[in-house]
Amino acid sequence: MRRILKAVLTAIWFMALTLPVMGIKLNTLDQTVQWRFDRILWLGAGVFALAVIWDWCFSRKARGLPLLRLPKGWGAGLRNLSGRPHLKTGGLAILTLFMLVMPLTSSFYQTNIMISALLYVMLALGLNIVVGLAGQLVLGYVAFYAVGAYAYGLLYQFLGWGFWACLPVGGILAVLFGLALGFPVLRLRGDYLAIVTLGFGEIVRLALQNWTSLTGGPRGISDIPRPGFFGLEMDINASTTYVYYLVLAAVVITIIMISRLKNSRVGLALQALREDEIACEAMGIDITRVKLSAFALGSCWAGFAGVIFAAKTTYINPSSFTFMESAMILSMVVLGGMGSIAGVVIAAMILILAPEYLRAFSEYRMLIFGAIMVIMMIFRPQGLISGERRRYRISALHGAHNGGRA
Amino acid sequence: MRPVLEVSGLSQDFGGLRALSDLDLRVDANEIVALIGPNGAGKTTFFNCVTGIYTPTEGQMFLYDADDGKHLLNGKKPHVITAMGMARTFQNIRLFSDMTVLENVMVGRHCRTRAGIWGALSRDGHTRREEQESIDISYALLESLHLQNLWNEKARNLSYGAQRRLEIARALATEPRMLLLDEPAAGMNPQETHELEILVRGIRDARNLSILLIEHDMSMVMSLSDRIYVMEYGSCIAMGKPEEVRANPRVIKAYLGESDA
Amino acid sequence: MDIQFFIELFFGGLTRGSIYALIALGYTLVYGIIELINFAHGEIYMLGAFTALLVAGVLGVYGFPVGGILIVAALAAVIWCAAYGYTLEKVAYKPLRGAPRLSPLISAIGMSIFLQNYVLLAQTSDFVPFPRLLPEMEFLEYVNYVMGPSDFLILLVSTLAMVSLSLFIRYTRMGKAMRATAQNRKMALLLGINADRIISLTFIIGSGLAALGGVLIASHMGQVNFGIGFLAGLKAFTAAVLGGIGSIPGAMVGGLVLGLAESFTTGYFSGNYEDILAFGILILILIFRPDGILGKAKVQKV
Repeated sequence: MRRILKAVLTAIWFMALTLPVMGIKLNTLDQTVQWRFDRILWLGAGVFALAVIWDWCFSRKARGLPLLRLPKGWGAGLRNLSGRPHLKTGGLAILTLFMLVMPLTSSFYQTNIMISALLYVMLALGLNIVVGLAGQLVLGYVAFYAVGAYAYGLLYQFLGWGFWACLPVGGILAVLFGLALGFPVLRLRGDYLAIVTLGFGEIVRLALQNWTSLTGGPRGISDIPRPGFFGLEMDINASTTYVYYLVLAAVVITIIMISRLKNSRVGLALQALREDEIACEAMGIDITRVKLSAFALGSCWAGFAGVIFAAKTTYINPSSFTFMESAMILSMVVLGGMGSIAGVVIAAMILILAPEYLRAFSEYRMLIFGAIMVIMMIFRPQGLISGERRRYRISALHGAHNGGRA
Repeated sequence: MRPVLEVSGLSQDFGGLRALSDLDLRVDANEIVALIGPNGAGKTTFFNCVTGIYTPTEGQMFLYDADDGKHLLNGKKPHVITAMGMARTFQNIRLFSDMTVLENVMVGRHCRTRAGIWGALSRDGHTRREEQESIDISYALLESLHLQNLWNEKARNLSYGAQRRLEIARALATEPRMLLLDEPAAGMNPQETHELEILVRGIRDARNLSILLIEHDMSMVMSLSDRIYVMEYGSCIAMGKPEEVRANPRVIKAYLGESDA
Repeated sequence: MDIQFFIELFFGGLTRGSIYALIALGYTLVYGIIELINFAHGEIYMLGAFTALLVAGVLGVYGFPVGGILIVAALAAVIWCAAYGYTLEKVAYKPLRGAPRLSPLISAIGMSIFLQNYVLLAQTSDFVPFPRLLPEMEFLEYVNYVMGPSDFLILLVSTLAMVSLSLFIRYTRMGKAMRATAQNRKMALLLGINADRIISLTFIIGSGLAALGGVLIASHMGQVNFGIGFLAGLKAFTAAVLGGIGSIPGAMVGGLVLGLAESFTTGYFSGNYEDILAFGILILILIFRPDGILGKAKVQKV
């Protein structure tokens, strides 16, 4: 009862709060006011429902219970399913098949959407190295994406270089930018680092926008060629399909590389840095090197993705590289779970595909992205998928029994 | 005796505050030395200076290697000092709490292993061998600190005592010649403290290293240490064997206040 | 050098700088107490401008006397933004006390995006003209080449606001409690200060000041858009850092310095670089002097 009363009061509070911005619509031309009380009422109802849920989530969180409890038997069943290797391989095989056949059976439009979703997967995985593994909150990630894209655009425009020549150059240039940013910010605390990288990202965008003689300013660069395939002439459909496979391959390679990295000596050092910088240093880890490696690796992927992006859209301008873009990629990492590869892949897919296919959502896309960041931090900071643990084979235990709870 | 750690004339100022003043300290090979004193005496500050977290205002600090080579610690970065053979634990436990127990110890192996980014990406034979070796050494360390059953738990889920022991295991993974323990028994009950004492002595005997510890539990300090340094207001007021220190009037005064003890 | 042009730029910078200072105070107050960069603070400023615009529009349509519109609209903006700030803290930051340091920051970024899009969806993505509400000020006739009515108003109101804030912090019970909490939250708690209330109060004051800034800038520039909070917020944060974050006089000094620097760059070089200049200053200050002009360096605790 108290809970209901509290929710009613919350609803009233929010109705009053949103009264001007939601409730009033001015028509500046003919000087009339349109009151939209219906919206306020709907909002009140929505807030009431949310307040009840919010409160309930909190009480569960306070008692240390999981937010969602699966019906009896389901939990065990699911664990059983994921524990079975052949089911896992089966699922992966179906997914692989789907991803491979997808461009052949879908429309040009859908293939294009999938390409951009995959590009975001790549970006999110790259950012996941820096934010998720190394714990360095970088808010200007899109700058490295821009470096890659403009590297291809400019090298093509001025020197006539092709896609394949530009791909490594884009990656290397992005790494150089990453190191250029990484060096001065080594000593910075977490929140200051976030702001400095944000400023860096904005400076890169502003430079692209204002250096008209080189970058074309706000108009950007157009007519960038799609990637070639041994000089084969392709129509737009064929080349889109080709780009699709290219991005898919890039994503697969990224996943393999990053999961190897995560489980390596360097990966452990990155995670130790995230957990506790001082202890990390005291364990004999050169945090300067580790931080710079994180920056270099993360920006490298953004650079590659940028080159592919330029080739996919054939047209780039600074407005593709705003802070909102960085924030979107960050919300994928946050939703997926810091450091979790599967989680980030799933989150990037959901966040890009859902607004495209659920038209009702597309308008609210950024609103939802913002809300996700807040809600995840409060109720599930570890992200959708957490506790992805590596299995270690311990020689001393091997053969004797299956050790610990591996 | 051969020295392992030698500190002379060490002073540390923070603005106008002198946290350490003109401190001399020496730890010999295979010795267990305790650093005691009231809160705020500068004990942890001393650890932070020696391990390179703070840069001391004055004085010199040396670490000796196995061949008695003498190396200056001043101005060296913490990770370099660790690689030279000095490891530590922290007063307010600083584990990598979201990583597993085994991984925590493996991080300690970092400075004794080599694999880089290319090794990680290619997973060549050398990298894989090195990694397996590191896993096995870490597991063995966990066994020696009675943590082997918890190896796949997240560090945050460990009990207080187990976390303290894990910090020691992690420090040992760096293969130190000199181990610094900052209040290893803090928060432990007498039973746990006693077990820890046996453990620490065992580590010294088995690994041929020197231990310098900060501790408030006097019974543990008295029975464990070969020598004791007593600090007050940033300087050393007494040094000697446990029985000497126990009888020292200045120490009694520092601990019991200004009454005529 | 053209002295008249110089004076013009100087006053332009002063006007701009006082707005930055007004918003910067919100960042500094919040950072001083809970060590959080309230990323959504710029959005509160934008909401202030919008609320004032809407209220002024309604009043205008219903024939409220022109002279009073701006005052009522500004008052409404301050009240509503204070409420927004209060709610923001309760929803997005309070549940995260004691969470790792980056969690509230990410939550704040989320809130910033959310609020921008809330206004975008509820109102419009276009620039909306802000009505001319300022009376002619005849006494400005002699100086009108450097100062129009809106410049005068900005300088007057922001000076008043900053002076009263300083007096409030210095002499009132609540102000003293705020200072105590900023210095040592645990200790303040032990002394019976209700930290939650102080934090709420901080958000309310900061948001009210930002709203004031929003109204002033809207009536100065003559238009409003859902996206104005981002850049203004960042620049105000730059001002706060420049003066030493956590320090109230620092925020004022930082705001003025940044405003003047921007104004002179725009005047003597090119308007294209004013934003780059602000971000450049932000980065350089954070890297080389993170404690600002008036701040003191702290030793890291281990």
